[in-house]
Amino acid sequence: MTSPTTSSSERQAPPLDPIDAPEPRDARHRSLLRAVGAPLTAVVIFVTAWQLLVASGWRPDYLLPGPAEVAGRLGGILADPEFWPALARTVSRAVIGFAVAALIGTAVGLAAAGSALLRASIGSLITGLQTMPSVVWFPLAILLLGLGEQAIAMVVVLGAAPSIANGVLSGVDQLPPAYVRLGRVLGAHRVSLYTHIVIPGALPAYVAGLNQGWAFAWRSLMAGELLVVIPGASGLGNRLGFSQEFGDAAGLLAHMIVILVMGMLADRLFSTWSHGLRRARGLAADR
Amino acid sequence: MTAAVEPASALPRGAVTLRGVRKVFGGSGEAATVLQDLDLDVAPGEFLAVVGGSGCGKSTLLSLVAGLVEPTAGTVRVGGKVALMFQEATLLPWLTAAKNVELALKLQGVARRERRDRARHLLGRVRLGRYADKRPHELSGGMRQRVALARVLAQDAAVVCMDEPLGALDALTRDQMHDLVEDVWLEARFTVLFVTHNVREAVRLADRAILMGDRPGHVVHEQANAMPRPRVMDSSAVAMRSAALTQSLKEEVASHDQSDYFVI
Repeated sequence: MTSPTTSSSERQAPPLDPIDAPEPRDARHRSLLRAVGAPLTAVVIFVTAWQLLVASGWRPDYLLPGPAEVAGRLGGILADPEFWPALARTVSRAVIGFAVAALIGTAVGLAAAGSALLRASIGSLITGLQTMPSVVWFPLAILLLGLGEQAIAMVVVLGAAPSIANGVLSGVDQLPPAYVRLGRVLGAHRVSLYTHIVIPGALPAYVAGLNQGWAFAWRSLMAGELLVVIPGASGLGNRLGFSQEFGDAAGLLAHMIVILVMGMLADRLFSTWSHGLRRARGLAADR
Repeated sequence: MTAAVEPASALPRGAVTLRGVRKVFGGSGEAATVLQDLDLDVAPGEFLAVVGGSGCGKSTLLSLVAGLVEPTAGTVRVGGKVALMFQEATLLPWLTAAKNVELALKLQGVARRERRDRARHLLGRVRLGRYADKRPHELSGGMRQRVALARVLAQDAAVVCMDEPLGALDALTRDQMHDLVEDVWLEARFTVLFVTHNVREAVRLADRAILMGDRPGHVVHEQANAMPRPRVMDSSAVAMRSAALTQSLKEEVASHDQSDYFVI
């Protein structure tokens, strides 16, 4: 009962007028705390729960190793000369697949946004595709293109493109009509209206679509690398699969951590971009 | 007047002529006649205030002059290009103040370097030189409206249609904007069609005020105003003129029992 009262009285009461706030030091301190403290807390909670699970003896050590053992194994993996080419291969598959998806998704989205007929016919199809788990495409992709790079690429593209097209469409839909009217008043025609008003106006929603598209691409790629093994060209997903096949639980968990971190890094990249855009437009508070 | 039979090119720059204009919105089912038998002549360089209650077709009149809508019947002729200013500044939030002004120049095909210089100059003209690199959300409502005014100037239009451009501003900012708008107009001498429901504002700024009645919209009263400039909003001269115009406005709106307004 008493602890919340004391902690709140210890904290300095915020000044009534934000202009009076003693800005830089305090704010920097707080943002540093948020940037470092929050993820650190998450790691501590996760590792503790993991350690407790291991200590409970639910599964033997060789199936469920503890954080310390996995950390050691992770160090070994990072020192493994075969790891980095595999990581590079996976990243390049993701980036190339995502780039192709971005091209296709953007083109389809812009075409659909520009034509009522296309919009009506393709719009629901795009949404439908978005709800479909991309793994579902694999049997077809393997049948059409064989067990190889192309099958993986096809599924990555098909997984990501609908989200990106949808991002374009929602960006155009959310554009205030007053901007379009302004563009016309200022003398913009079809193409210049797109380049100066519609596209920059739709950019925040488009970036959100790219972010979601990237997430789908990454998921599709991991599924693909688990399903499709290309001799001499294994990626992160393949290594994950091998770890399971060889009963290397610590290696498996270490690879999962690598995949998690890669995903988080990419997400951070997109959210920085998106936040920057929104802040420049006065849509988000300074962090 | 022989204006109606003259070709459009013969209309002097800045002149606006409407003849027998009727505007009907909506289909045959529930069509609404917004303007009926509207005749209007605006001289080049004239500052015309259009006053009326809500729904009298003031904004439609501006849209017709700006070419945003076509008249159902009659002719609308304008000598030269039209620029528009709305109650909302409608600045593009992803561009700085200067870039917002530059966009108007860019869409007219002005070269990059000249664009930059002219945009800076115009922002200086509306006393915003120091704010050229600010984004719209960093500016106050009055500042945003000044950027919009600079953008109007950038369009180098013969006729400027202003649709309650100061309606959302506080009284002090509005007073300052009156001075600025008048100043800029006296210098550039474009024609202004200024829609307002504020009678005093009309008297403060305009050479002539037309009072529009509604259902359907038409001109019911006209008041020329040759008072010397600059006029002071709170002066007794402006107040007396405003009272006369307000009386006409009240009589007009009271004659329609369907009106939004009522007289106590």
